[in-house]
Amino acid sequence: MRLGEIVTAAVLAALSIYMMWKSTDLNIGYVAGKGPGGGAWPFWLSAIMLVCTIVIAFNWARRTSPPSRSTEPVLDADGRRMLLQVGGGIFVFVALINVISIYGAMALFLFYYLWFLGRHALWLALTISIATPIAFFFFFEALMRITLPKGMSFTDPVFNVLYDIIY
Amino acid sequence: MEILELLSHGLFLAIQPMNIALIVVGVTLGLFIGAMPGLGSVNGVAILLPITFLVPPASAIIFLAAIYYGAMYGGAISSITLGIPGASTAVATTFDGRPLALKGRASLALVTAAIASFVGGTVSILLFTAFAPPLAHVALSFGPPEIFALMLLAFATFVGLGGDDIPKTVLSICLGLVFASVGFDQISGAPRLVFFGISGFLHGINFLVLAIGVYGIGEMLWTLDTTRGKITSTEARMTFAGIVADTRECFAKAWKGMSIGSFLGFFVGILPAAGATPGSLMSYGVAKMTGRDPDSYGRGNPDGVAAPEAANNSASTGAMLPMLTLGIPGSPTTAILLGGMVIWGLTPGPRLFTDQPEFVWGLIGSFYVSNFFALVINLSFIPLFIWMLRMPFTILAPMIFVLSVVGGYAATNDMHDVWLMLIFGISAFFLRKFDYPLAPAVLAIVLGPIAEPTLRQSLLLSSGDPSIFFTRPIAGTITVIAIILILLPLVGVIRRKLRGTNKASA
Repeated sequence: MRLGEIVTAAVLAALSIYMMWKSTDLNIGYVAGKGPGGGAWPFWLSAIMLVCTIVIAFNWARRTSPPSRSTEPVLDADGRRMLLQVGGGIFVFVALINVISIYGAMALFLFYYLWFLGRHALWLALTISIATPIAFFFFFEALMRITLPKGMSFTDPVFNVLYDIIY
Repeated sequence: MEILELLSHGLFLAIQPMNIALIVVGVTLGLFIGAMPGLGSVNGVAILLPITFLVPPASAIIFLAAIYYGAMYGGAISSITLGIPGASTAVATTFDGRPLALKGRASLALVTAAIASFVGGTVSILLFTAFAPPLAHVALSFGPPEIFALMLLAFATFVGLGGDDIPKTVLSICLGLVFASVGFDQISGAPRLVFFGISGFLHGINFLVLAIGVYGIGEMLWTLDTTRGKITSTEARMTFAGIVADTRECFAKAWKGMSIGSFLGFFVGILPAAGATPGSLMSYGVAKMTGRDPDSYGRGNPDGVAAPEAANNSASTGAMLPMLTLGIPGSPTTAILLGGMVIWGLTPGPRLFTDQPEFVWGLIGSFYVSNFFALVINLSFIPLFIWMLRMPFTILAPMIFVLSVVGGYAATNDMHDVWLMLIFGISAFFLRKFDYPLAPAVLAIVLGPIAEPTLRQSLLLSSGDPSIFFTRPIAGTITVIAIILILLPLVGVIRRKLRGTNKASA
């Protein structure tokens, strides 16, 4: 935790410096007759962030904040596995949206989570992972008139059938 | 007396069978739209606006008002049961609603939210009926310096009373404010802070992307990590007696938050450009500040659910006031309603009250009726929401992730935002581990688009002289209160130091 605290502060400091630098694309000072320039607001706020990270680093050195005193690891073996399985699962879910449509990706993700991670019965995992996307489809496409990504063109036949039901 | 006569006429109009049916359908639809992360009252009203062209204008606006009310109630449901704010107006409801649900008191939180919403709605309608025209003028006297001072006060309530690590809280606020400024400079129109030249940043960072990332993904990962997945969300069972007991507890513990939210929410709601979100956040801050035990807020205090919920309902009625009396919408939803009114052939503005009294009072009457039906429908759906919570966590968790991803997409229709949400979620998980409070960042990204232009306009008015925030009477008072709140924790630190040295010397 102690190492993590200062690394996090350093990353945030780097982010503040990047945002300060990026803000200077626009005027960061006061323009007579026009008010503060477009970059002033984000620039000075990022500067305050930078000051905050310095104070956090100072507190870290004096060991006043709880994470800077803790000797626990940031993530133990179980935590790492959880992050990899769940976080990785969501990552794959999002990556598949443009390939097999958001509905297909949703079904796969639900099945993966329910059957593989949740160890639920196969029939339950299958029912939920098939029924949920269908419910979402009718809620979004029919009721709310919001179209969600359909992925590549090979998914068309499935959606044509579903659209025939709506229209 | 004339007002009472018109109002009773309006109530009579609202309880026509067709209008009652429209209210019931509208409230139910609104409840589910509001409960869906990523969709709020704006979506519901915008999507269903065309349907209303089939019925007379008075029935149409009654239907839309019912959706609006339903969505205001519904936003709290996902905040409490899933921990994801259903809409920006319900961000503050997660602060205490979620901890209550985790303690197994989800039913208390839901009942409190419903009742507070009802009280807030009722108080605001009464205020609306009594003071509509004079208040419209007060609201107009709020210029940019006053609104910026109000924003400052909202941030101050978070810094001054956070109690957490102060530099981390300030950092979180600034981060949210900077993220809010991504996209285009609102005044000059120049592209600004387009990180790494990625074009997706040109449309800015939608607050929902950050909110869903933080609450839907970051919090969930954190919960899975800390509980090792052995979480039973709630043991609550719903009975009629349980609802009665919760109602009693809600009035005993949350009457203060409810009254603060009802009044403060209304006044913030009528300010043009402010609306329900700042109203609910400020009411939460004030309730916490004046609470007998400020530390219990954020850990599951029903008062912390009641204040923002009463406020967001109260503010949504308040926001109707400038719309009807001046033709200035106070929130995105009222802007759409305004558009609808124009299409129906009505001219909003000062003359509406005299030219179309039947329409105006029919609308106000429908507020009363929809508010009542929203309470009844909401309370009757609570067992369903509780049942959802009793699902095993290994079913609930993937559902929440799916809702988050879909909500992140539906908010802006851009895959860029879904990826961004995932990055925010993972970052939030780690920041949470190191005690960075993230609620202030979400608060800041919502208020940033109000705070920045008002600051710049004020400085433009005063040709760069910051004393404008002190010399105007309303702005000055608010600014001074905000500064005192920011300095409070500093005084505490100094006092502790002094006491420490006294002890050492004694």
